[in-house]
Amino acid sequence: MKTAHPLQKIGITGRGLVVVLPYLWLLLFFVVPFIIVLKISFSDIDLAIPPYKPLIEWIGKNSLAIKVNFNNYAFLFTDSLYISALLNSIKVAFISTLFCLLIGYPMAYGIARAQPSTRNILLLLVILPFWTSLLLRVYAWIGLLKANGVINNVLLSVGLIHEPLTMLYTPFAMYVGIVYSYLPFMILPLYANLEKMDWQLLEAAEDLGCRPWQAFYKITLPLSRNGMLAGSMLVFIPAVGEFVIPALLGGPNALMIGRVLWDEFFSNRAWPVASAVAILLLIILVPFMMWYQSVQARESAGAR
Amino acid sequence: MATPAPTTVLSSSGAVKAAPWRDPAARPYIEVDRVTKSFGEFKAVDDVSLKIYKGEIFCLLGASGCGKTTLLRMLGGFETPTSGRILIDGEDMTGVPPYERPVNMMFQSYALFPHMTVEQNVAFGLKQDRVPKAEIAERVATMLDLVKLGSFAKRKPNQLSGGQKQRVALARSLVKRPKLLLLDEPLGALDKKLREHTQFELISIQDKLGVTFVVVTHDQEEAMTLASRIGVMNQGEIVQAGTPSEIYEFPSSKFVADFVGSVNIFEGKLIEDEPEYVRIASPELGGIIYVSHGISAAPEAVVWAAVRPEKIFMSTAPPEGTDNVVRGAVQDIAYLGDLSIYLVKLPTGKVVRITQPNTSRHAEAITWDQQVYLTWDPQSPVVVTR
Repeated sequence: MKTAHPLQKIGITGRGLVVVLPYLWLLLFFVVPFIIVLKISFSDIDLAIPPYKPLIEWIGKNSLAIKVNFNNYAFLFTDSLYISALLNSIKVAFISTLFCLLIGYPMAYGIARAQPSTRNILLLLVILPFWTSLLLRVYAWIGLLKANGVINNVLLSVGLIHEPLTMLYTPFAMYVGIVYSYLPFMILPLYANLEKMDWQLLEAAEDLGCRPWQAFYKITLPLSRNGMLAGSMLVFIPAVGEFVIPALLGGPNALMIGRVLWDEFFSNRAWPVASAVAILLLIILVPFMMWYQSVQARESAGAR
Repeated sequence: MATPAPTTVLSSSGAVKAAPWRDPAARPYIEVDRVTKSFGEFKAVDDVSLKIYKGEIFCLLGASGCGKTTLLRMLGGFETPTSGRILIDGEDMTGVPPYERPVNMMFQSYALFPHMTVEQNVAFGLKQDRVPKAEIAERVATMLDLVKLGSFAKRKPNQLSGGQKQRVALARSLVKRPKLLLLDEPLGALDKKLREHTQFELISIQDKLGVTFVVVTHDQEEAMTLASRIGVMNQGEIVQAGTPSEIYEFPSSKFVADFVGSVNIFEGKLIEDEPEYVRIASPELGGIIYVSHGISAAPEAVVWAAVRPEKIFMSTAPPEGTDNVVRGAVQDIAYLGDLSIYLVKLPTGKVVRITQPNTSRHAEAITWDQQVYLTWDPQSPVVVTR
């Protein structure tokens, strides 16, 4: 028999450590901050540092007062700004996801069907933008889209237009920015799914009387359902809370929940309301995250 | 079984009773007319012509890379011939895509649709052809019964064993009643016992439905069992086509003799060339081979005499005569139960393979290093010139 390592005797095993470390990480940097945000969302606003009143207070001798304040949440529903920002965010995220899917599917399909040697280059090209900061890439779009930017200049010089198009600080620019930034998150899970596809199934479908497009519709599309769902969730979930891109490209009228949150937090210093917005956003997104998880579990289990 | 000879009897009693390929007036059902397929410089299929008749099970036999799968895929429409044409039931198939050919294919990987049940898989082709619903249900049920999978209709492919998947694939490709069914290594993924069983099942199904089969296989035993005729392929060419027994007993070249079954090949020179007999002096054998039929070869030509291991007799006592007799020492014995394989080393260094059926449970044993005499019937050697 193998003698146990001293650490194993007190119940610490290598396997245990491997599992515990990520949990510790999540506890420290996710659960604890989340509890703090949750706590602040139930606090009263205060002109102090930090700008909220404590939840738990000693009042006098031997008595502890816990003051839970639901006003912040109630406030979210009384002022139409928050609900309409939230609905608008969901709409923007949904449309962006749709465009990512429409653009990303053919790209993922093309990569999956390319020669193995070119496949790696194509994948690299998809991942390459990540090597630059997102902020820089969004600023680059400003340079492309602005009135005297690259696109307008090119269109003017070839004579397609006679006046510069207003593109920057419009919803169009915002969608371009979001779709551009999130496209890799759609392509990669879709590629991972399509890459596992047995292409002989398409030959079998053709053999049984399908034209190529019918074979795609009846075989490839249903079999890549999990990849489409995973990619869509990876785009939709972060896009709902997106702040930077709408702020930089969308102009002052782009009402997104992430932006509202930012304004409440930094401009109004209304930390409790901002926290309530964050919690509400989380509650809305949790079902989507759970859906994504179950899709992932199904995908890795191989049952399609 | 090392000798496929007994099973050939079964297959010749299979679907094609007559031998239409011997009748010059018979109309071929599938005609491969001087077909070549090149991939760049490489010719995967090189000027192949072939006539296959209705109801046949035609096996394309060859090692991997010999072009047999490419030829099959051209019949299915998945590859386009570089030159030449293919006719099915008199119709030129050039430019006809797979989904419009009266041909179905059973893929080596089976290619069952994983997101559909067994029933949906089988019904797929019929739905595609807009067959009425009631008819689809009936034909699918009949077909599933035929392959004995009636109770598995609602299962998904990943809930089936390899043998069951194979039968679903067969049902799916047969349900459309194709004029021609192509089978790519149909039994390759099955274990030996199941494979033997399935071979006979395939023959009986083919017999019932009367569909013409073209089967690709690298397994000569499988080809022998299934085929009405075998086309042996090598480097993109069909080197010989004939019934299993023709291929086995009358190979036209060293390659075919060697590829189908095992064989002892002795190189030699013709020393007597008469219409009724020939004598070959073989330094490799260290003796004279006497063959009791004439051959067509130039005098003094280098020829090869091929003798099958089961046609060589081994004895401890010297047989009569001097031709077709050699002495050697037993080098190795492999006991396989039904028969034993002996490797006998001749004084020339050549090792001869002999198989003997173990007809008695207490046979007087020939053992290692024993000196034995080898002899064979003068009819047994096949003389080939290439």
